[in-house]
Amino acid sequence: MTDRDVMEYDAAVVGGGPAGLACAIRLKTRKPDLSVCVLEKGSELGAHALSGAVMEPGPLDELWPEWRDTPPSICVPAGDDEFLLLTRKKGWRLPTPPQMKNHGNYVVSLGSLVQKLGERAEAVGVDVFPGFSGAQLLIEDDRVTGIRCGDMGVQADGRPGPAFAPGVDIRAGVTVLAEGCRGSLTKQAIKQFGLDAGSTPQTYGLGFKEMWQLPAGRSRPGMIQHTVGWPLDSKTYGGSFIYHLDQDRVYIGFVVGLDYEDPAFSPFEAFQQFKHHPRIRSLLEGGEIVSAGARTLIEGGLQALPKLDMPGAVLIGDAAGTLNVPKIKGIHMAVRGGMMAADHVAESGSAEGYDACWRSSDSAAELRRVRNVRPGFNRGLWAGLANAAWETLTAGRSPWTLKTRSDHDSLRRADAGTRAAMENRWLEKRDLPPRDRLASIYFANNAHDEDQPVHLRVSDTAICATRCFEEYGNPCTRFCPAGVYEIVEQDGGRRLQINASNCVHCKACDIKDPYQIIDWVPPEGGSGPNYQNL
Amino acid sequence: MKILVGIKRVIDYNVRVQINRDGTDVVKEGVKMSINPFDEIAVEQALRIRDAGMADEVVVVSIGPGAAQQQLRTALAMGADRATLIETENEVQPLAAARALMKLVESEGPGMVLLGKQAIDDDANQVGQMLAALWDRPQATFISGLEVTEGKAKAVREVDAGLETVEVSLPAVFTVDLRLNEPRFVKMPDIMKAKRKPLETMTFESLGIDMPPQLENLGYAPPPPRAGGTKVESVAALIAALKDKGVL
Repeated sequence: MTDRDVMEYDAAVVGGGPAGLACAIRLKTRKPDLSVCVLEKGSELGAHALSGAVMEPGPLDELWPEWRDTPPSICVPAGDDEFLLLTRKKGWRLPTPPQMKNHGNYVVSLGSLVQKLGERAEAVGVDVFPGFSGAQLLIEDDRVTGIRCGDMGVQADGRPGPAFAPGVDIRAGVTVLAEGCRGSLTKQAIKQFGLDAGSTPQTYGLGFKEMWQLPAGRSRPGMIQHTVGWPLDSKTYGGSFIYHLDQDRVYIGFVVGLDYEDPAFSPFEAFQQFKHHPRIRSLLEGGEIVSAGARTLIEGGLQALPKLDMPGAVLIGDAAGTLNVPKIKGIHMAVRGGMMAADHVAESGSAEGYDACWRSSDSAAELRRVRNVRPGFNRGLWAGLANAAWETLTAGRSPWTLKTRSDHDSLRRADAGTRAAMENRWLEKRDLPPRDRLASIYFANNAHDEDQPVHLRVSDTAICATRCFEEYGNPCTRFCPAGVYEIVEQDGGRRLQINASNCVHCKACDIKDPYQIIDWVPPEGGSGPNYQNL
Repeated sequence: MKILVGIKRVIDYNVRVQINRDGTDVVKEGVKMSINPFDEIAVEQALRIRDAGMADEVVVVSIGPGAAQQQLRTALAMGADRATLIETENEVQPLAAARALMKLVESEGPGMVLLGKQAIDDDANQVGQMLAALWDRPQATFISGLEVTEGKAKAVREVDAGLETVEVSLPAVFTVDLRLNEPRFVKMPDIMKAKRKPLETMTFESLGIDMPPQLENLGYAPPPPRAGGTKVESVAALIAALKDKGVL
């Protein structure tokens, strides 16, 4: 019988991102007598934080006006915006959509911002615990009563090792789930409490990001560029971002809608191809990668948003799904949602009612205005752009709400043509780093103790070797940004190999796996990437 | 008996170190910092010795910037009893560190001083040895085994030829290597307890050590990029290539 310590808090926040920290700071400032803790599975705050990111500062100014005195290490005022349509060799400047005009905003490193928020949280008396994962919700009588933290020092075979330390049970009056996109406890909560009963299917994107150090003079600090078109076909949603920083650095990244249909498609490869476009290559040539990583984004918007409260707990930030997709901005929504949850808990003392409160807020109005943009792209790039223009002109007042579609059942079956394509998907020879996914995750400073149970739980690996191989050609071997999944030929047969220690915690597999047999759970606390300045 | 453990705040071992643009230093801004891994092993060993009843207090000390308090709190959360920060924003070079530790040895009077064998930022591997010399006491370095008895300790050292066992009389200095132990996980309730444990700060200047830097860093450069290899088509071509390189 494991002897677990129990710690009690009035409010326990799972996730040390902008939503969780904003909630904790706001709650502790409004009610200093309440005990508030924040759990973060990364080894330090910011270790797992990865985002574009161009941030609207309004909600942060409201939460903590003094943030500007100790800004994040990367915080560049937004300059000009450029929106480009790329073909294989050329690029055409399109008018910048109003949602992408960024005057007054900042290009920030989310990781660094989160560290500053963490310092603020500790200064106001929040207990911040980096290196601890939330493994399970504690549920009693249909009510969330807290969180069980993950055990440490468990060996690969599941038995306790010599340094075994059982995870603490945190009993909390209110549990705040702020795990970010596709959180594992959030997934449990939605299932347990049927929170998505009234929502359309949730849909996601997979984002890659690299920070490059360039030769002097190439970067135009504050320049914000977005592209659509090449190398994606018109059926695949996605595009790139290039945010120019100071000190001759740039953030360059690529987002692909995970509702893509082609089973042979490799999102990572698409990103690397994009970098070789003549306009982009000329920016990057001669530079070097400093940091890289990947993370999924939640794109369903208002109609896919689950119910945000349940007995004893609330969902905030990207765990709830408040990202504004046309703006590609989620930080300001996360901060606002976190503050709203804090205010609600401070005033009512409980989680119930937060959903109603959020739905009548400015945040809901913001998402309502843009709710039809993303699903409009389900008909392809051109229909999507036309629909987006319409939605922008009408400020979202269309009397209809388009339905989102789920990602895991959007893949076409693989056929002979697809199989051939899988081998020679991209004909372009690539010479810009990184060479491949393994080389890329090297820049994520990934750390996983090898001797721990595999945290990617595939409930039936026989499907991988047989059905999935036939029907889809094992897409997990292509969509995972870190090369976790491999199909190896062994003894005349095939089996799935899971290289769990490569995992960068993006959650793409949990989302896109066509059979929905992959369950991502947090590995030992402190494992995973150690993103620097992303 | 009191055990003094020295820990250093270094760039985390998982982080890919980068050199700044003018080649004068490594990039430290926004980079994750941690306790030097060998020092963590030293803290763990001190705690085990105390918990076995051979010592009654574990004091951790660090010489570094104010932010090193984070590392000291982590050591306190592991179980150390007290912490001291000798605060300085300047680079701490080995001889200065040894002299500062000597001052602390004089005021604390420990029976053992445990240090990591080297810091992963400068890989100097000097402080332990210098401290023992200043103190005029024995040293056992690179230890992967330790047995403490009354007034004495038997240490297994990892040396080039294999393993060497030495016996030293206490007080003495020990520097620890990887295989000595596996440090415990810090537990959440202990993190809370650590916030209330005593952490004393003093400035480096207040120690009265007049020590201008003994070493000057001339510059930093990344390792040269690997040149590609070539495949040759025949044995004759291989021999010609080897002759060309002056190997044959």
